[in-house]
Amino acid sequence: MIAGAHSSLMSLSRPTHSTLLDDDSRVWLERLRGDGAERDRAHAQLHELLVGAARFEVRRRGRGLRPSDLDDLARQSADDALMAILAKLDEFRGDSRFTTWAYKFALLEAAVAVRRRAWQDREVPLDSDHWALLADRAATPDQDAETGELIGAIGAAIEASLTPHQRRILVAVTLEDVPIDVLAERLNSTRGALYKTLHDARRKLRARLAEKGFDL
Amino acid sequence: MTSHEHLDRDELSARMLGPREAEVTCEQCFEVLDRYVEAELAGADAERLFPGLGPHLAGCPACREDHESLRDYASATS
Repeated sequence: MIAGAHSSLMSLSRPTHSTLLDDDSRVWLERLRGDGAERDRAHAQLHELLVGAARFEVRRRGRGLRPSDLDDLARQSADDALMAILAKLDEFRGDSRFTTWAYKFALLEAAVAVRRRAWQDREVPLDSDHWALLADRAATPDQDAETGELIGAIGAAIEASLTPHQRRILVAVTLEDVPIDVLAERLNSTRGALYKTLHDARRKLRARLAEKGFDL
Repeated sequence: MTSHEHLDRDELSARMLGPREAEVTCEQCFEVLDRYVEAELAGADAERLFPGLGPHLAGCPACREDHESLRDYASATS
């Protein structure tokens, strides 16, 4: 299992209602819950569908990676997705097609795997002082005055309102373009926890800027 | 610093300040993403059916990519 992929997105709530399953979804559930050779065939068939979805994702997001790496990532992602799906099968209520529900696991696993592979040999910038460079941008000649004013105000708000951890996450995600799943891996955290940090930081900045008269 | 260098005011605001509207969490997004995508592909008002998900997709780059991929893959395979 890719640490932090599906496991970092543990559901907070279960579906609260059921709907009628479409025929294809019902057959999938029956076969996957069956036993013997028919269940094994269903697992293998689902795995192939997941490989297809994972290949779609790694080819789409994995430009620059070696073709052999992409296929390995796709197969590993499909393996992990199948495990996650079988573990959560009872949570599927038929609110969407079974295959759509299943694809999202494969696509998530593949996306996280590609992001992490692309960054595996790169240093993740976690210097929260990088925010200070924002203020320098305010004086850039080709920056229009309105944007320059906002940049300066955001820089001041970062300094005045955010904790060091909030600055670090905000800067890494919004200025350095570090994928949040990569950050989560490096910081032994989760996408959800780091996005909560980012969300709280953004709220603080908005509040500070509103106090300064910005209408954003 | 990377891609923000040539952003205009609106782009900079969106990137650093996120959505103005209330948004769901990453976990809640994943929970309903399949239903949201099928609603979109069926031409339904997905934003009304799943309030807060659109703003989250605007603010969270990872969930936004996950959404784009599921929408495109589900569309291509349906």
